[in-house]
Amino acid sequence: MTMSQCNIVQAPKLTRKDFISDQDVRWCPGCGDYAILASIQRVMPELGVPREKMVFVSGIGCSSRFPYYMNTYGFHSIHGRAPAVATGIKITRPDLMVWVVTGDGDGLSIGGNHLIHTMRRNIDLKILLFNNRIYGLTKGQTSPTSEQGMKTKSTPFGALDRPFNPLSVAIGSAATFVARSIDIDSPHLQYVLRRAAEHKGTAFVELYQNCNVFNDGTWESVTDKDVRSDRLLVLEHGKPLVFGKERKKGIRMRPDMSPEVVEINGNTSGLLVHDETRRDEGYHFMLSRLASPEFPEPIGVLRAVREPTYEELMAEQCRTVIQERGKGTIEKLLHAGETWVVS
Amino acid sequence: MSDIESTQSAPEVRPRPMSELETVVVRFAGDSGDGMQLTGTEFTKSVALEGSDLATFPDYPAEIRAPAGTLAGVSAYQVHFSSQEVYTPGDQPDVLVVMNPAALRINLPDLPHGGIIIANVGSFTQSNLEKAGYKANPLEDGSLSGYQVFAIDIAKQVALALEGMGLTAKEVGRCKNFYALGLMFWLYNHPVEREEKSIRAKFQKNPKLADANIKAFRAGYYYGETAELFPSRYVVPPAVIAPGTYRHITGNEATAIGLVTAAQLASLPLFCGSYPITPASDILHNLAMYPNYDVITFQAEDEIAAITATIGAAYAGALGVTTTSGPGMALKTEAIGLAVMAELPLVIVNVQRGGPSTGLPTKTEQADLFQAVFGRNGECPVVVIAPATPGDCFWMAIEAARIAIRHMCTVIYLSDGFLANGAEPWKLPDAASLQKIPVAFRTDPEGFHPYLRNPDTLARPWVVPGTPGMEHRIGGLEKEDVIGNVSYDPQNHEKMVRLRAEKIARVVHEVPDATVYGDSSGDLLIVGWGSTYGAITQAVKSLRRRGHRVSALHLRYLNPMPANVGRVLANFQRVLVAEMNLGQLLMMLRAQFLVDAVGFHKVQGRPFKVSELVVKAEELLGAREQAELCAHAEMV
Repeated sequence: MTMSQCNIVQAPKLTRKDFISDQDVRWCPGCGDYAILASIQRVMPELGVPREKMVFVSGIGCSSRFPYYMNTYGFHSIHGRAPAVATGIKITRPDLMVWVVTGDGDGLSIGGNHLIHTMRRNIDLKILLFNNRIYGLTKGQTSPTSEQGMKTKSTPFGALDRPFNPLSVAIGSAATFVARSIDIDSPHLQYVLRRAAEHKGTAFVELYQNCNVFNDGTWESVTDKDVRSDRLLVLEHGKPLVFGKERKKGIRMRPDMSPEVVEINGNTSGLLVHDETRRDEGYHFMLSRLASPEFPEPIGVLRAVREPTYEELMAEQCRTVIQERGKGTIEKLLHAGETWVVS
Repeated sequence: MSDIESTQSAPEVRPRPMSELETVVVRFAGDSGDGMQLTGTEFTKSVALEGSDLATFPDYPAEIRAPAGTLAGVSAYQVHFSSQEVYTPGDQPDVLVVMNPAALRINLPDLPHGGIIIANVGSFTQSNLEKAGYKANPLEDGSLSGYQVFAIDIAKQVALALEGMGLTAKEVGRCKNFYALGLMFWLYNHPVEREEKSIRAKFQKNPKLADANIKAFRAGYYYGETAELFPSRYVVPPAVIAPGTYRHITGNEATAIGLVTAAQLASLPLFCGSYPITPASDILHNLAMYPNYDVITFQAEDEIAAITATIGAAYAGALGVTTTSGPGMALKTEAIGLAVMAELPLVIVNVQRGGPSTGLPTKTEQADLFQAVFGRNGECPVVVIAPATPGDCFWMAIEAARIAIRHMCTVIYLSDGFLANGAEPWKLPDAASLQKIPVAFRTDPEGFHPYLRNPDTLARPWVVPGTPGMEHRIGGLEKEDVIGNVSYDPQNHEKMVRLRAEKIARVVHEVPDATVYGDSSGDLLIVGWGSTYGAITQAVKSLRRRGHRVSALHLRYLNPMPANVGRVLANFQRVLVAEMNLGQLLMMLRAQFLVDAVGFHKVQGRPFKVSELVVKAEELLGAREQAELCAHAEMV
């Protein structure tokens, strides 16, 4: 099976409106989640997947209210467990397209275990991690992506924890698709969502998202209009790693295998050329570590490799066993093993 | 095979007299690495094929291989077989086979005076004696004078038998258990050919080891015949057993095939999300064998993922089952709340073990009843049922699935370590006579709401993703009655809490009345649940033989309880609740029925002995003194 079954179904042409549920959206005014919701509702009709074949699964947190606002099937589960719930759904019904919406606290703290194992197994789930580097729903405590030293309600003298980098976690967990985008950059976000949807296997997408109430401007230093071209590295497959307002900066490797930013004058030779499809994770991991202010932060698709999904392997194994042993019946089940007759 | 024929032939000996016995209890005990569990199961298979009724009890340590020869490493397997009906693995062994001093030290207290000890004398070395805490060799110091001791140097005998086969000392050492098995085959007059076939099948991949084990087995058998140690051989006549096809089954096996059967009866895929935990893992192992039965097993990253993936599978239209033991149950608690809120069918198998915390992983206990009935945040009602015997696990597993599907609810199925590993001959049901489990996925969008309810059962509709026109959202937040939207309305919350409670309460309409064993009224009623069924039944049987007006009530449905329980309790002067905890069912019965019941508790990681129950009952009946007099008279 090379294509997702859900892509085969010819659905009637849907519009963005078809994906808007009848529920009032209850995020704080100005929340980055609104922009993400709008982008997703725009992309969904383009995927050619019937609405009833889509399931949005979430855990707990602000982002996890997401399923209520999508007019698809939805399951708002418990804190951190969305990848596991989604796994059960996808394994049982591989024909469904299953999205997981989670946050930095939900996905990387209480649910970290499920997240890494889901990616390890390569279950065909689309995981969107809204990263605002704060606990919003519980009103402002430090999260596993909060910067060290950050003062929050639970860390009044500064957070001692070192933060997780979600992309590094994903690549370290052997995710087959890893990408990053930004709440307010709708065209880029839509591109990344489409790519995630097309990927067969676990697609992990980190979204820089602003919490304007508890952590306003957390991404400003890289996403603000005035600085973004210097602080963001927009990845394109097959293109050299070039950035900057005048595209005069590039990234290359030093002989000691550490990356460095260099000035270029039209000549990109010697720069790293982006390759999403490299099987070894080293290069992708290096990209994930690029962080401001020393480096621009990468957005776009870091990694996209095709490997058999858990469901595909499971179906294959099942076919083999049926070939060898035949389809089971209750009669066969009961009489398995050693039996004897008492007359 | 041919070389076996040439080197070993049946010796010519004086035939020994054959004594007939009604009941025998044999216990094999040795180091964890001695293969006692295999010896026990092989012997049991043969016992079953000889037509005895039987029950078994494996007792093994939590450590896979504790240091050899230590007390911590002792593993045992007890089999009780009889020409009469067998309810328990037996209070105490008649024959104790010990492979080393540690096994003797641990098991001797259970052996009645006059009992038979077969000891592997070669292992009673200074070092092994010290490891077992013996200052002197008990085989030589006269401390075993009250028993019939047969000391055999099994290791040496096996080494002699296997000489010239080119095996390593380690390989030779690992054949000891089959020597012991051979000896028991001789002692109880079992046919050897069948067992030899079985050994050959077991070691199919290594014919050399198969030959070696068969040789060791024969050496043991012939030793019995030639050595003239034993004055007599024994035979246990076949029991009167209902005609039919039988197989030997443990509780965990029966649970697994019951779940597969249930899914087949419901025409649903079975999804089992699980995380390895003793003593429940065998259910997962069994289910993993059946992908060709539409069974999906998912070994999750943890207990929480195991249950939440299962909830996802149930949402997607599978029969969702998660299997675990006490500590795993504790981890699943929050997710059970989600299942209750989402009102999806879910079966949770808890194979109880000694607790709290890690407790006694390989030992049995019934102390998770409160956890099952009450152990969650909020008002979180679920159905709780418990199988009574290994074979009953099959039926109760089907029952769990049937209730979960019909009522769109969570069913907790409480097995325990004793049921899980204990085995009995099980009469196979007629597959065609098993009742289908109706499943009605709702596909009609007309007038659909996620929390509409069936007027009889109060179950909400089961709508699986992929159904056009019925897209909806569910989750753990409180739901508006009928509509299913998130609701924080106070009146609505109370209504939903009451509806969820009422939904579970109404399951009682399909719960069969509990049947009383014995008369429906009398001086004493012994109430039990779960794996205590056998011991309580046997105890009541012997109490009644001794003229007491005693009956037993066994509860397989614990929440809700059968409708007649209150009436049954009221018909007895005294009520004794016997359970392997400190009085959990006792408290539930006292609370629900205002009955002045008393409890009998045992939390030693071991099942009740029949004798313990009899003594307790007689104490309550004020007849203890009289019984002692009787016993004395019998002895005289």
